[in-house]
This record gives sequence, C-alpha cells and structure tokens, in this order.
Amino acid sequence: MKRIYVNEKWCLGCHLCEYNCAFSQSGAMDMATALKGIQIRPNIRVEEGGGICYAVSCRHCDDPLCVKGCIGGALSVKDGVITIDRDKCIHCYTCVVMCPYGAVMPSEDGAVQKCELCVKTKKGTPACVAGCPNGAIVFEERC
Amino acid sequence: MKYVIIGNGPAAIGAVEGIRKTDAAGEITLLSKEPHHTYSRPLISYLLLGKTDEEKMKYRPDGFYKENGVSFMPGVGAVSLDTENKTVKTEQGGVKYDRLLIAAGSRPFIPPMKGFETVEKRFSFMTLDDAKSLRDALTPDSRVLIIGAGLIGLKCAEGIAGLCKSITVVDLADRILSSILDRDAAAIVEAHLREHGISFHLSDSVEEFEGGTARLKSGEEIPFDVLVTAVGVKANISLASDAGGECGRGIKVNEKMETSLADVYAAGDCAEGTDSVTGQSRILALMPNAYIQGECAGRNMAGGDAVCDSAMAQNAIGFFGLHMVTAGAYEGDVYESRGENEYKKLFYKDDRLMGYIIIGDIRRAGIYTAMIRDKTPLSGIDFEMICENPSLMPFGRKRRAEMLGGVKA
Repeated sequence: MKRIYVNEKWCLGCHLCEYNCAFSQSGAMDMATALKGIQIRPNIRVEEGGGICYAVSCRHCDDPLCVKGCIGGALSVKDGVITIDRDKCIHCYTCVVMCPYGAVMPSEDGAVQKCELCVKTKKGTPACVAGCPNGAIVFEERC
Repeated sequence: MKYVIIGNGPAAIGAVEGIRKTDAAGEITLLSKEPHHTYSRPLISYLLLGKTDEEKMKYRPDGFYKENGVSFMPGVGAVSLDTENKTVKTEQGGVKYDRLLIAAGSRPFIPPMKGFETVEKRFSFMTLDDAKSLRDALTPDSRVLIIGAGLIGLKCAEGIAGLCKSITVVDLADRILSSILDRDAAAIVEAHLREHGISFHLSDSVEEFEGGTARLKSGEEIPFDVLVTAVGVKANISLASDAGGECGRGIKVNEKMETSLADVYAAGDCAEGTDSVTGQSRILALMPNAYIQGECAGRNMAGGDAVCDSAMAQNAIGFFGLHMVTAGAYEGDVYESRGENEYKKLFYKDDRLMGYIIIGDIRRAGIYTAMIRDKTPLSGIDFEMICENPSLMPFGRKRRAEMLGGVKA
C-alpha cells in the first residue's frame, strides 16, 4: 500500500506539512479561517536541531504495536490504514507507550490523534505530501 | 484443523486474528465463561465513571465472531482437559481440538480475613458483572472501603468517586501502585488522589471485619457500607496443571507460547513466560502482552513460526486527569527530572535502557519503550539528548532513514 515517506535531505523545516495537516483535519474551506489564532495540533510534526530537520508521522506499520496494545479496541487497521475511533478511546495512552515513533499523541480533548493518511478528510494524496514544497514528504508504494 | 480457544479476552481475540492471518478455513470454537460479547475489562472503571458504555466497551465489533468464522459459545466454561483424546470437557459435554489455546485469564485473590463473611456488601472488581453489581450497591451516602492500592483498586476508586460519599483505601505496602511506581512517583500520585478526596491507610491491613466495621492492624477502626477487595489476582492454571502441564504461578510457556502439553498453547494473564528485560520467568498480566501473546499463539497454532520474545512490563494509566506511563525494570543508573506534577526517571545499565517512570508529560514515551524492547545500545545514540526529550533526532541519519524513509536496515 501507499505510505508516507520522508527524505530529510530535502526537508526545509518550513512546517507547511503541519499547517496543511491541521487544515485538512479542520474540514474548513480555507486555511486562513481554519487556523487563524489557534494553536495547531497536527498529526505530522517536524523535529529540528543542529541544522537537521524532518517530519514524523504514523508509519502505518504492518505489525502495529499501537493497535495490538489498545486496551479498548479503539485503534484498528482499515485497508492498511491505522485508524482511531475517537469515540471509543478512553484516554489511557497505552498506544503512546507502544508507538516506537512517538506518532500517536493525546489531542486537545484527550482522545488520541494520529495520521490517518487523510482518508477521513480528503481522498487521494495526504495534505502534508500535497503541500510539501520540496518533495521531502512523498506518498508512495514501496515494498 | 480444529482450533479451540478457552477465553474471550484480548489473548483469545489475538489468537483468532493470528490464526486467520494464514488459515481462513480451519474451525475455531471459542469458549467464554462470561456470557458477554468480548469486552475490555480495564474499561469497567470508565463505565462507572460514565466515560464509556457497554456498547463502546466491546473489544471488537458485533460482527467479529461471524466475520472470523468463530463458533462463539458464550457462558460455556471449560471444566477439564483430556489431552489423550484431545478434548476440552465443558459443563455441556466435550469439544475436540487439534490445537488448543488456554487464555483463561485470572481471578481475584482474596486473602483470608477474619470476619470477612460478616460483611454484607462485598465485591471484587474484575468483570463487567462485578462493576454493575458494585454500581447497584452504591448510594450517594455509601462509605466505601477498598482493600488494595494497586491498579485495580485505584481505578475502582476513580470510577466510583462520584457515586459514593467517601472512599478509604487500605494497603499492606508502604506506597500506592507499588507494582509500577517507585516511592517518589507514588507520593506524587497519592497526593493527587488525596486532593480528590480519597483517604489512604498504607503499611496497614485489616485485622478483622465486624459487619460494617474494619479493625486495622494499626488499631484504627473504619466504618464502611461497601467493601471492595482488590488485593491481587491468581492465574487460572488448573486446566493445564490438572492435565500435567508445567506450571509456576502461571502456565509455563516458551517463546512460541507452547505449554509443556502437546498442541496446547497458553497466553495472557494465565501464562508465565520470560520477561525480556530481566530474563525472569513471570506472569505479565497486562493487556498489550495478552494480545501480543495470543496473536503469536494463534499464528503458531496455524502452523506459523512466530516468536514472542519482547514481553515486558508496560503500563499507561491515569487518575483524575494525571497520567503516568511506565515500562521495563527499575534497575541501574538513573536519569531524573522533576517539575510540578511532572516526574521522569529513566533507568539504564550495561549500555541499554532498562525502564522508565513518567508522570505528567507522557508524550512520545513509546520511543523509550522501543529502546528497551530493541535493547538499543546507548553508546550508539545521543543519550543525553534523548533523556531530556524523546525524539528520533538522537538516533542519527542512518537509523532515521530506516524508520521514516523506508530504507531497509
């Protein structure tokens, strides 16, 4: 299946992926209205330091420890995409303990949030990939 | 192939999913002592808290058994095993198996306490039915006494805090959550729970019950209306041990989840395997381990070659909004940082991370868990950097390319 891959050599550290992610989650029509004056909580996060930067988001592992560990059955795999049922999540954060990438995180209301490859918000290329100005984040099928 | 699974919790469900990864056709029979659709036991406290309901507590969707071709037998418990004839005896008869999984879980352990039978309203806190009977017994005037300040006792306390007048917790240990927290961490959480009205009598135990009064060893007398015992659990090993299977506190299993009995596997709270961090043989009665073991057993029952060699203690839990995560073993040198309601201790020795306790800011703790699980050599990463803040930066470009860039190791 297609997954998001990151090539840190090409990352500019511009954080546009974070804004595009937050915008995609908001469901709003334009980015300015959606994000103005709020602290964004994107599912993809740029790590930077010492001249290095790159974005981290869910790897959609073949053998996902977050799903295996979820005590409430709130995380599941749907067509390869690791999906959170926010209504079932009881905020125990076992998935946070399980994820090797730190890519599952508590959201503002307590339920966990994570990258779902934009399948719930828009079809096709995930927003972070579509908006990456330097091709550092790609959406590809690799073995 | 005929598969029989005894149990209906995460280990049992994991086994169904493990079997179905490779064997779509084999017959699976699942015996569940409880007459319920598979549900998440740790969620019973959230049910009382009103944060979930019986529908949302279902561990898998309604169609799970049907979609996976499972003959689900609710309310049918296993009574004994006839390993010679490969049959599980139930109250209704017998079920033949080619491969069997025992995922029978554990039951509450209630230590002998003088006068216990004189207590009118007394409960355990393990099952959905326990939780519902406890809820029915509570009134806004109830004074509740909980024996046991472990995960079960304290989650119960949080769950019923809004449904009763007062909660007093008694524990023999000198601190709360002694199985997962060290002294300093326990003090932080205890103070937080006290702020929410819960009283504690630690390093103490009940000498005698007399109806609605508990007399403690310390001499103190505690009047109460409802008693909850949450001292600990005992693994359900008798099916295996009566059939001659090797048991310690749990049913002994190897890395493939095989017991000493031919074609009999065990997983979850009834199984005793190797703690990958300490190398000790122990029961790790935690939900992630139960699922992972069950899934591994299922794959192997279907002829696979799966290995489950990374079992370790790992907990995520919160009380009244204060979250904590812990993993591994608390051995070796310590990195420590503290703030107000923030606490972090990382334990390391022999060039690897052994364990951690984090209260408050639990974000990205899984990066630490992975280091423990993978036995990541600390000399190969920027350890100082990762102590302060879990991120992928300290792992270096090459490892990151594997993690994020799809580059093969």
